[in-house]
Amino acid sequence: MGSLPEALYGAASLIASGDATLVGIILLSLGVSLSAVVFATVLGLPLGAAIAVGRFAGRKATVVLLNALMGLPPVVVGLVVYLLLSRAGPLGSLGLLFTPPAMVIAQTILILPIIAALCRQAVEDAWIEYEEQLRSLGVAGTRAALTLVWEIRFSLLTAVLAGLGRASAEVGAVMIVGGNIDGVTRVMTTTIALETSKGDLPLALSLGIVLITLVIALNAAAYWVKEAAQRRYG
Amino acid sequence: MEVKRILAGWLAALAVFPAFGQSRFITVASTTSTEQSGLFKHLLPVFEKKTGIQVRVVALGTGQSLDMGRRGDADVVFVHAKPLEERFVADGYGVRRYEVMYNDFVLIGPKSDPARVAGGKDVLEAFRKVKNAQAPFVSRGDKSGTHFAELEIWKAAGIDIGKEKGPWYRDTGQGMGPALNSAAGMNAYILADRGTWLSFRNRADLGIVLAGDPRLFNQYGIILVSPEKHPGVKREMGQAFIDWVISSEGQRTIAAYKIGGEQLFFPNAGK
Amino acid sequence: MSSAAQRILPLSLAEVCFGAGGRAILDRVSFELEAGPATIILGANGAGKSVLMRLMHGLIRPSSGAIRWSDADPERLRRKQAMVFQRPVMLRRSALANITYALGQARVPRSEREALAFEALESVGLPHLAHRPARVLSGGEQQRLALARAWALHPEVLLLDEPTASLDPAATREIETVIKAFDAAGTKIVMATHNLGQARRLGDEVIFLHAGRVIERAPIDRFFAQPAAAEAAAFIKGELPWK
Repeated sequence: MGSLPEALYGAASLIASGDATLVGIILLSLGVSLSAVVFATVLGLPLGAAIAVGRFAGRKATVVLLNALMGLPPVVVGLVVYLLLSRAGPLGSLGLLFTPPAMVIAQTILILPIIAALCRQAVEDAWIEYEEQLRSLGVAGTRAALTLVWEIRFSLLTAVLAGLGRASAEVGAVMIVGGNIDGVTRVMTTTIALETSKGDLPLALSLGIVLITLVIALNAAAYWVKEAAQRRYG
Repeated sequence: MEVKRILAGWLAALAVFPAFGQSRFITVASTTSTEQSGLFKHLLPVFEKKTGIQVRVVALGTGQSLDMGRRGDADVVFVHAKPLEERFVADGYGVRRYEVMYNDFVLIGPKSDPARVAGGKDVLEAFRKVKNAQAPFVSRGDKSGTHFAELEIWKAAGIDIGKEKGPWYRDTGQGMGPALNSAAGMNAYILADRGTWLSFRNRADLGIVLAGDPRLFNQYGIILVSPEKHPGVKREMGQAFIDWVISSEGQRTIAAYKIGGEQLFFPNAGK
Repeated sequence: MSSAAQRILPLSLAEVCFGAGGRAILDRVSFELEAGPATIILGANGAGKSVLMRLMHGLIRPSSGAIRWSDADPERLRRKQAMVFQRPVMLRRSALANITYALGQARVPRSEREALAFEALESVGLPHLAHRPARVLSGGEQQRLALARAWALHPEVLLLDEPTASLDPAATREIETVIKAFDAAGTKIVMATHNLGQARRLGDEVIFLHAGRVIERAPIDRFFAQPAAAEAAAFIKGELPWK
């Protein structure tokens, strides 16, 4: 790919230029995806942990379904949320369509199963070690689930990062519910799609490199924070 | 608990989203080709500065834009497919159609020109030649205004393209830019709007082989979505935008938009 | 904290059976446990000791038969009998926090928890490690911490399932010292082990399990001097070949 060095150089100059539009797009991308991650984590960790320690009818089917939902196609999620938020739809009066909150909602739905399913697996593995002792202390149900989530909080970081990766990488959902409106709902991925469709492939590639660099930086930061916290709190 | 603090912080942070809390805006459904031509970046700031109304353009295909109008998700529709627009108004989804401007389509083809089309003035003849030579031809196939125009030309040339197409006819279902990319990759003929072509960078071996046939004129119309069908439509602001676009100031601004010294759109409101 | 009003002992097991995967692990086990003597559940590996301990603690339910404590109230029952397992499982927190966690679970008022936890740590000789992360302690220290955690609520009955099987002799001695102290303080000790020396050091009576059945029950000295059952004699001989 002869355009790769060109694209790398392009990416570097984009970052160095501090172009206001690009900065706005990057901030919006981060805002939307990080918000979705926060919501999906707050909802998904307890959900996954509850399924892991719970014993209820249809548990196996629930686990299979949750795992399968990790593969929800972003464009389908976008379409469903669009139909819900459209003025012709049930939640149209909220006026959320084509706004960043709509994008956050769509991405939260998309990554919730990923975080919940990975948490479920991690907690289930931990439950094998802790179950007997916790039950001996009279800890069961919700309290056990939350205790385990806190116990393995550093391992759960990987689940959260998986959700972040998915959210920052997807274009289908945010394109449909956000509308890729210039200056309002345009994020990195939709910009890359737009520049590609305009035929400006070098720019698209450079933006892609900027996006990947951003995600790597986020992951590195998260890892560093985790290491520091682990050292302090064991 | 930690979680509550994070949630509170996020809710406060929502305020930084530029769209949040901004109430003076309208949603305009338009086409990808119009947006990608760069017209809106040139046109909208003038209106916004004058009225303080932010214009948010969602750029989809003509079909999708009209669909958005039918659902009430847009306040104004600004597309280029007259029969479809007229039906939109006739069905009660739009208040009234105003003509705004026109640009033209051009027939793009490989420099090698296997169908011997270059130099001609008749686009119907050119299409017939392409079909007879079975030269590769890329269609947008996405219910867009451009796609619609292409289909009309086949029909006018006496060709039932649905029945008579062969492997040479590539129905890609894509927007203008991606379709041009595909045509560049396949060294194929393609009907494109001049605006997108002028901004298109990945030309490979393609160039304009035919232009100027009046049949290639592409008329734009602007319509306010009916507040009767959708009470949530921003009637005053939407109408203000339409009134400005067809006003002499709006029309002048449109004419002033140039790419590489070439004017793209020719205002013709009220003519 | 064992209120004189309601004690959970005596515990009675009546025709308790337990099977898993088609195999019978316990077969018609019946006995009564009274307050006072330290009871050793003795037997070879696979005799069913661990299962019996877990049945008594309430972690698993018998396939048939009845297990009856004198107080049926599950909350009080939970507080008055505690169990220590072969391998201690600690949370990723400080040693002190592990104990306050258990106290919190038992709804001890927040203001009292730390003091009680420190008391428990002192009773096992670990107050200097209170703020160390529990998981970095040595095996013996963690097991002592587990004992402290079990002891913190001053249970009436302390169940121990082979508590020193994974520990070296020095750590084993420390644990045995603590158990003896608890015994002296009035807690009923019920301990499963296959270690004859340990049984002699800590026990007052023996319940001998073989292949899921209670073969013999006797005071400790009589059991070792003159085991009534053939399997018991063989077991003692097997463990001490020079006898």
